[in-house]
Amino acid sequence: MAEESAPCALQMVNIEKYFGLVHALSNINMEVGRNEIVGLIGDNGAGKSTMVKILTGVHRPTSGELYVAGRKVDLDRYNVKTAHSYGIETVYQDKSLGEKQTLWRNFFVGRQITNRLGFIKVGEEKRIAREIMLNTIGFRGRGITVDSTVSKLSGGERQGVAIGRAMHFEAELIVLDEPTVALSLKEVHKVLNFVHKIKEAGKACIYISHALHDVYEVADRFIVLDRGEIVASIEKGNTTLKELDTFLLEYAHGLKDKRES
Amino acid sequence: MKRARSLIRLLGKIEGLPVAVVFVILIIAFIITAPDVFLKWRIYMSFLQTVAPPLILGLGLTLVITAGEIDLSFPATVAFAGYVFTWSFRTFGDNMDPTLAALIGLGLALIAGGFVGYINGLLVARIGVPAIMATLAAQFFWYGVTVLLAGGLQAALKTIEDNRVHSVLTGRIYGIIPDPARGRIGIPTQALWALGLAVVLWIILNRHKFGEAVMFIGDNPNVARVMGVNVETTKIQLFTLMGVIAAFAGVILTLEMRVFYPTQGQGMLLPVMAAVFIGGTSMAGGVGSIVGTFFGSYIIGSLEAGVVATGISGFWVQLVQGAVMGGSVVLNTILGRGDIAVLSDRVRQWGIPMRAASREAPSSDLGT
Ligand SMILES: Nc1ncnc2c1ncn2[C@@H]1O[C@H](COP(=O)(O)OP(=O)(O)O)[C@@H](O)[C@H]1O
Ligand SMILES: [Mg+2]
Repeated sequence: MAEESAPCALQMVNIEKYFGLVHALSNINMEVGRNEIVGLIGDNGAGKSTMVKILTGVHRPTSGELYVAGRKVDLDRYNVKTAHSYGIETVYQDKSLGEKQTLWRNFFVGRQITNRLGFIKVGEEKRIAREIMLNTIGFRGRGITVDSTVSKLSGGERQGVAIGRAMHFEAELIVLDEPTVALSLKEVHKVLNFVHKIKEAGKACIYISHALHDVYEVADRFIVLDRGEIVASIEKGNTTLKELDTFLLEYAHGLKDKRES
Repeated sequence: MKRARSLIRLLGKIEGLPVAVVFVILIIAFIITAPDVFLKWRIYMSFLQTVAPPLILGLGLTLVITAGEIDLSFPATVAFAGYVFTWSFRTFGDNMDPTLAALIGLGLALIAGGFVGYINGLLVARIGVPAIMATLAAQFFWYGVTVLLAGGLQAALKTIEDNRVHSVLTGRIYGIIPDPARGRIGIPTQALWALGLAVVLWIILNRHKFGEAVMFIGDNPNVARVMGVNVETTKIQLFTLMGVIAAFAGVILTLEMRVFYPTQGQGMLLPVMAAVFIGGTSMAGGVGSIVGTFFGSYIIGSLEAGVVATGISGFWVQLVQGAVMGGSVVLNTILGRGDIAVLSDRVRQWGIPMRAASREAPSSDLGT
């Protein structure tokens, strides 16, 4: 596929989102390159998750336009299934996996391999799930099989499963919404490794995290969201971790007015 | 030792095994305490007949509870569907082939049940009314509608016994069970329909994407939604299915009795729920056991007749029922919904509640 013909994995144009009277997002304009890792940062309630849910088809924006791989999306028909078919996959902090369900079910829920009557081809799903676990996620030993339930996995392993699932379905854009909350340092490291793998595989990624240090390590560019508005878009080359930290602190303390940096 | 452990691991994979064990122990206890009743076929045929309607209801309710929802309106649906069937049969029966009239009655009853369930589903999924409130209101409403339509009166179905629909749904299959002393004993066909429904619903829950959606919704509706499950539609379909199943139970009940009572089904709410929980289906949603509900229904259904047959006072019935229910639920909790494999390292601890549960039934008759 020609890189030039579709320079952006994703583009949001003038996106607005209201929840009743709450103005969650206002005038959002942003893009993610085809092989770009974008770090999305901002305080609690800034609207990061809302943005993610719009581009993954969970919420419909009040107005605005969305482009995936250069194609304009029909927002009236846009839902999680169409987002999946466009190659957009999401990993949430805690909402990605059904805890009491087996791993193989978690890999395929929402897009099961079925016959024409909708009956699941269990053997095939398990076989592929086994392959994902071995090759993509690298689970070995530990007594975890595709028949284990998610509740037996550690936090890091859970994110591994969710990310492995996203990679298996040949995502063009993987969104990670606070994937490292409640993880141990070692597990955080694993998740960051996955993000590096996304970059190596030539795919795009939006990475949301409170841990600025982590975002700084993996991202190519940072987008700062404050009270529903994008207030900055900074290339990694143009800033240091310390500068970024100071910048954010000023926002957190309300010292800075909303203006482009 | 290693062999034993892997055997237990294997047993742990068998769905509903703990409940099945409780059921077998219960029957053995009854055979010991009342051999003249429980060593004959007749009592078992009577169980097959009486357990069928609550079992059918429990199977449907298992799916609803697995989805993290509840339906309190199925007793009213049983009555309402019974009324619709009776009305149709009596209205059309005189002017057309009675079998056809009964078939139309069955069809209309199932549609009526589906309608009740569909409304429940709309209230829960579209408007967001908690299922316990929506279906409680539905219970009052549809029971009220039934009483109104029936004028509070029962209605006999005099000619239904010769009807083919009657013999297919609630007839008897003779020739399999030998009982020369007391004449012919047949297997009630409704038990086979209930068994068939159990098989179908097991496959739907465990092998169809609808069942998988039900499990994920019960597990965590937000996960289900972001993974592309249509939560609202699935819930509406689920409540509709429950309505149809409850209507089927209602028709079976009416056919078996050959009389429609406006109050039919009204005592079934708690026993059916008890059967589902005994079977290991989690109130919290996410996991459900059709096999467990199957045996749970037979446990509940055989307790009353069984305790009375042992010759002890009828006053004991409720107490023993409560003890067996409690024991089974504790057993399920300890075994973590019957997943013995997880606890294979704790075999010895596992043995204690097992024995405790098994002692319950006999202990009641020691008390007299
Ligand atoms: N489903 C919803 N209904 C109503 N308000 C919501 C909903 N989701 C988010 N919000 C509101 O939108 C704002 C942004 O929330 P969110 O996107 O979750 O922020 P972040 O992820 O940056 O912490 C908050 O004020 C939040 O209360
Ligand atoms: Mg968030």
